[in-house]
Amino acid sequence: MNNLIILPILIPLITGVVLIFFTKNIMAQRWISAISALLTIIASFMLAHQVYRNGIQTMDLSNWEAPYGITLVSDMLSALLVLTTSIIAFAALFYSFKSIGEARERFFYYPVVNFLIVGVNGAFTTGDIFNLFVFFEVMLMSSYVLIVLGGTKIQLRESIKYILVNVISSALFVIAVAYLYSVVGTLNMAHISVRLSEIGSAGIITVIAVLFLIVFGLKGAIFPLYFWLPGSYYAPPAPVMALFGALLTKVGVYSITRTYTLFFYHDVGYTHQLLQTLAVMTIIAGVIGALAYTDIKKIIIYNIIVAVGVILFGVSILTPESLTGSIFYLIHDMNIKATLFLLIGIIIVITGTSDLEKISGLINRYPALGWTFFIATAALAGIPPLSGFAGKLMVVRSGFETENYIGAFVVLMSSLLVLFSVMRIFIRGFWGTPRAYKNEERAPVKWLLVAPAILTVFAVLYGFGTEAIYPVISTAAETLANPEIYINAVLKE
Amino acid sequence: MEILMAFLIGILFMTATYLMLSKSLLRIIIGTGLLSHGAHLLLLTMGGLKRGAAPLLGEHAPSYADPLPQALILTAIVISFGVTAFFLVVAYRAYQELGTDNMDHLRGKEGHE
Repeated sequence: MNNLIILPILIPLITGVVLIFFTKNIMAQRWISAISALLTIIASFMLAHQVYRNGIQTMDLSNWEAPYGITLVSDMLSALLVLTTSIIAFAALFYSFKSIGEARERFFYYPVVNFLIVGVNGAFTTGDIFNLFVFFEVMLMSSYVLIVLGGTKIQLRESIKYILVNVISSALFVIAVAYLYSVVGTLNMAHISVRLSEIGSAGIITVIAVLFLIVFGLKGAIFPLYFWLPGSYYAPPAPVMALFGALLTKVGVYSITRTYTLFFYHDVGYTHQLLQTLAVMTIIAGVIGALAYTDIKKIIIYNIIVAVGVILFGVSILTPESLTGSIFYLIHDMNIKATLFLLIGIIIVITGTSDLEKISGLINRYPALGWTFFIATAALAGIPPLSGFAGKLMVVRSGFETENYIGAFVVLMSSLLVLFSVMRIFIRGFWGTPRAYKNEERAPVKWLLVAPAILTVFAVLYGFGTEAIYPVISTAAETLANPEIYINAVLKE
Repeated sequence: MEILMAFLIGILFMTATYLMLSKSLLRIIIGTGLLSHGAHLLLLTMGGLKRGAAPLLGEHAPSYADPLPQALILTAIVISFGVTAFFLVVAYRAYQELGTDNMDHLRGKEGHE
């Protein structure tokens, strides 16, 4: 029993509710949301520290004991993800102060961002499969508002598709939970795992596993189900894109990781092979997209899909090393995607366009922006001392060790092509002859650069501090590789 | 009883799929409504359909109804109600802004703008 677990959910929730009453006072909204985001970071850092010291922390809501009530469970993986989410939320909020515009600020932008964080942190923390659905819905409802907020034509058009896709996947989620409930008769995730291992491998469980893969794959944008993502993520402004790109798809990825390590590890030959095939296809599809477009937003958006593939490839191998690599890469990717979206947001503010053909020579006037972007792209591709390297190395190595040569090779090639796709932005956009842009003078570049610069520093530290972070991450992977640890912590047997 | 429910749910899903594949936005939204109804009924059926007393401890009833699926459905209904209401508002606003409710005209082709 540890009440700290609920704080990263509770603080944004209360903040969101309070902020609704201050919609006309923008300064108050900014201050309150910044302070609450800082408090969330502190709370989630303390939580992560406790989890590292004392093992998995649980909290039975209303004191209903584990299999009966709703349990919040914070193992190392979820604590780390909650911490990363809080940091990214703070960065995106800080960035929003000067970029999101007063109109959006007046119409519930900050409350909705806070509700989004509630949903994301809740989904990472919960230990109850139906509660996961509820937190998914909290998160999705906020994301619907964020994607349509502003009401421009493109936003309205894309939000309809986004909502439709997610409504369908939510219905499938309910169906998947119903099937699972009819088989195991429980909703507590640890308890489900116990019951499923009593049943062993049965056909119906494989069906449920694939159904869950479809549900979470729709949110996490894996290969055949990513079709909605490039269009929908293109519509909203940069800080919202950063939140979506860094957090929403990762919740889907986290859910796949959780269910495929805790529930469905009995029929690995079918389910994980399927996951692996789809992960490799996801990487290929993402890389093709990233290379095909000359629009900077699209390039980064397709890079989200590549990263999802790399992470899930590691998960599908299901060895402790590959899981460690996946978690390393997952956290790196959340951080670096937020950074890149915020950075291209600055480029768009300066130039007024996201078309790479119309941008050049930015480094003359904005050297700090240019070099931050350069470091971020290098980290994204996994150039050795930076943050993407360690995770990818472990994923690739365990891929070769378990003789999944094609997958490991695709991951390797993808990093090269990812580097090319983002370096293209750097070469074309930052080099070349400088041009004059219309809104250049009014762009608050210095303020906007603070948040992505801090995140870039994190990326560098994360890369150089791999040795120090490794034990933390391998603890997280150990819990994933041995479901008994999770089960014993929750059910206290 | 379960078989009958399975047919009912199947018909609901079928209708929902048909409606969601049509071009008119309003039909699509009605389709999503039917889809979630189907999902809720499925949830109810999966909990087991039986006559029984209210699930109170300490009573000597021969059988109890499972309360959990009912609680889940209640939650899911509330959520889908909220989402449908929001969806309708967005659809209406989009119709006002874009001047069409035909999905064919809502494709994002023209320069991604």
